[in-house]
Amino acid sequence: MSAQIIPTRTSAETALAEAFGAAKSTLPGGADVIKLREDSFAVFHEAGLPHRRVEAWHYTDLRALMRDALPIVAAPTAAAIEALGKEFAAPGAPSQRLVLVDGVFAPQLSDALPAGVTVRSLADVLTEGRADLIALLSGQGLGAQDPIVSLNAALMQDGVVIEVAPGISVVEPINLIYATASSTPAARFSRSLVVVGAGASIRLAESSHGAGARVGQTYGCLIFSVGDEAKVDHSAMVTQTLPGSVRLETFIAHLGAKVKFDSFALIAGAGLVRRQIFLRFEGADSEGSLRGVSLLRGREHADTTLFVEHAAPGCTGREIFKYILDEEATGVFQGKIHVAPLAQKTDGRMLSKALLLSDTVAMNNKPELEIFADDVACGHGATCGGLNVDQLFYLQARGLPFAEAEALLLEAFAAELVDEIGHEGLIEAFRSEVSAWLSARVPARVEA
Amino acid sequence: MAAVQETVDRVKAIDVSEYKYGFFSDIESDKAPKGLNEDIVRFISAKKNEPAWLTEWRLEAYRRWLTMREPNWARVDFPRVNYQDLYYYSAPKTAAGPKSLDEVDPELLKVYAKLGIPLQEQEVLAGVVNPERKIAVDAVFDSVSVVTTFKEELSKAGVIFCPISEAVHTHPELVKKYLGSVVPTTDNYYATLNSAVFSDGSFVYIPPGVHCPMELSTYFRINEQNTGQFERTLIIADKGSYVSYLEGCTAPKRDENQLHAAVVELITHDDAEIKYSTVQNWYPGDSEGKGGIYNFVTKRGDCRGANSKISWTQVETGSAITWKYPSCILRGDNSRGEFYSIAISNGRQQVDSGTKMIHLGKNTTSRVISKGISAGKSQNTYRGQISAHRKATGARNFTNCDSLLIGNACGAHTVPYIESKNPSTQFEHEATTSKISEDQLFYCMQRGLSAEEATALIVNGFVRDVLQQLPMEFAVEAQKLIAISLEGSVG
Repeated sequence: MSAQIIPTRTSAETALAEAFGAAKSTLPGGADVIKLREDSFAVFHEAGLPHRRVEAWHYTDLRALMRDALPIVAAPTAAAIEALGKEFAAPGAPSQRLVLVDGVFAPQLSDALPAGVTVRSLADVLTEGRADLIALLSGQGLGAQDPIVSLNAALMQDGVVIEVAPGISVVEPINLIYATASSTPAARFSRSLVVVGAGASIRLAESSHGAGARVGQTYGCLIFSVGDEAKVDHSAMVTQTLPGSVRLETFIAHLGAKVKFDSFALIAGAGLVRRQIFLRFEGADSEGSLRGVSLLRGREHADTTLFVEHAAPGCTGREIFKYILDEEATGVFQGKIHVAPLAQKTDGRMLSKALLLSDTVAMNNKPELEIFADDVACGHGATCGGLNVDQLFYLQARGLPFAEAEALLLEAFAAELVDEIGHEGLIEAFRSEVSAWLSARVPARVEA
Repeated sequence: MAAVQETVDRVKAIDVSEYKYGFFSDIESDKAPKGLNEDIVRFISAKKNEPAWLTEWRLEAYRRWLTMREPNWARVDFPRVNYQDLYYYSAPKTAAGPKSLDEVDPELLKVYAKLGIPLQEQEVLAGVVNPERKIAVDAVFDSVSVVTTFKEELSKAGVIFCPISEAVHTHPELVKKYLGSVVPTTDNYYATLNSAVFSDGSFVYIPPGVHCPMELSTYFRINEQNTGQFERTLIIADKGSYVSYLEGCTAPKRDENQLHAAVVELITHDDAEIKYSTVQNWYPGDSEGKGGIYNFVTKRGDCRGANSKISWTQVETGSAITWKYPSCILRGDNSRGEFYSIAISNGRQQVDSGTKMIHLGKNTTSRVISKGISAGKSQNTYRGQISAHRKATGARNFTNCDSLLIGNACGAHTVPYIESKNPSTQFEHEATTSKISEDQLFYCMQRGLSAEEATALIVNGFVRDVLQQLPMEFAVEAQKLIAISLEGSVG
């Protein structure tokens, strides 16, 4: 049997190929960037949209879930930026903000950052052609084989490049805000880079603004390059996405030696979300912590996929992800801890916990270990099930109605991770998102 | 924490260079021509004098196989198998249906004597602790079953234990009803190939309410060069019955890789139980990875009836490449599936093994205990799937898989897939020894043991847990493993 299998291109794949062909010459960057784009697109083109036979995408069959590719978003109009300017001028708007409008950096909406922190647009950096930054922007091997990361690299329009000078400490969060202006459904491709110098310390908070109004397809990529003995706290609020929207986000982090790195993400109110995290311990004795909470209802689908690579000895990795699934939602957690032969004394722990609240949800867990060093301690745990009936009974016995008892337990389940963020303002913001989600919940049952 | 010295020594004692079943016996054989086509399938079917329906069944599988592709998701790496360069049928010339032991070629008997497998009914297995216990043996040599012992005693109890090629003639209704009902001919590449060319294997039927009076066992031996072994085992436990079945396998040392693609189907009806144990000791290749058996096996049990139970226990030390996932389909309400495994890889062995527990019925429970030990330059992967379907209310699973590495040239991997579609399920997956035993640790420490002593006690207790599932008289090899401690487990 010599029949060769010729994959038929879906209309989304064809549209993306056409979009790349048309946009290639107008996207920012010199010859080396064009080569990076072409090589990246070749990776995507060869693989196509990932489907269930692709192991890393087994539970998120993008080929089936994303029938059509939306056109690439046009540059935001001056009027749209002005309108957004008014919204950000309102009291209570986050300070130290960097705003991307439809993926394009808008300096006029952004604030000046403290001394030692420089910000430029991705387009400027690509045009200027600084080889070291472009190398970092390519992801340096992390995620390079993933078709969606490659697609983002091929079509990256804009983003920010933040450089934090060695030894600089910024306590208040730098708010990276993704604002939506386009009035028609469109696709956005942004890529940002944060270079943290040795001994520096920063906090970066990502959030969305106004995305809840329109269906869109977002391909985001945020890359961290963290110098020795630096400290980074990161949080992402992946909210405000409409049903029918697709959000494919990649988070890449290269950690030097003795780094303290902490990242938290909340996914709530999503259409289809896939967050993939590639973290590599490149220097010895670093600590990395990745946490996340996903709150899903309706027919939402959220996938968090981790690839944590221990390439240096003595590092500690902690990954905890929690899911609350209601109605017809689907949750996916995939996590792989890879320990290279020389990464002795690695301490890696991964845990995923899912609460299933209705008969029609689905939770898929795949916590993987890949170990090549013989003196390490690695573990993973995964649990999924309903709410603990004993706990419910305990609360009900003390006079709480079922719905309240349930809400209390759910809130405690999610808040446990939120409270570890380590910044009062952010904890409050995340807790109010969680409460808002919970209060919109219709308890399915009246009794246990 | 690294492995303790005692464990290192134990694992070394069963290193690939220590393989002691690697002898070859010069026994004249009757082979089918090399290669695979419809004529070969017909040839095998004709050799066994099979009815037309079975020939057609095989041909259908063969045609299906032509359209399939080899699976490549497992974490194993090997040169492509040339399926046209194999003999699909090989039988010792003298083996054509011996009625009694006297008719069996003495050379063959010598082989089994050398392997320590008793074919004389008065004999007992080497290493047997309690000689009072009897074991019935079905000995499969290349493509045919050469002898089955204790047939008469078993038939008094109503138990059918015979080669599957014989069951096709003596109990066609049972074979027709159950063959392919758990692993359909379309299941996967290797199972489909097996359906087309399967040679021999055991057939077991335990009638309702019967507790099988002795252990049943099959001993598989590949002897001939360039052959593949494609055995097919079918075990049916009717309502309220019980059977314990053991399987062992060895092969000569050769430079070439040989293919072993078996299918095992188990069916339990209401309240029945099957305990299936394997000591897999196929030739693992030499320390440079030359030669060895490709062990691509599909084993699946179907808990069809309520309150039924299937338990898989395996000790895996052989084979160059293992691709094996003994599974349970928990269809009947309150049914239970168990999987206990110790996989030890040495040299350049590659193991990708685990289980699937598919919860379909209400209140079904499953338990998975897997211990992987890799040494030398081997790769050892646990790959397991636990899934609960919409209607599997109250399903429970507990999974614990630990791995241990000896040296820094090997790898240990864990790939669990946990899928739940029902909120009343409780699935727990753990891959650390310390975590699972918080309560036990506390209990032991309360009684005066130090934390280390308590941990050692619990961990050793766990390994014994797995090994005790094995009937020891069959598993001489496993006795050595009993002292292996998983201290230094990496998760």
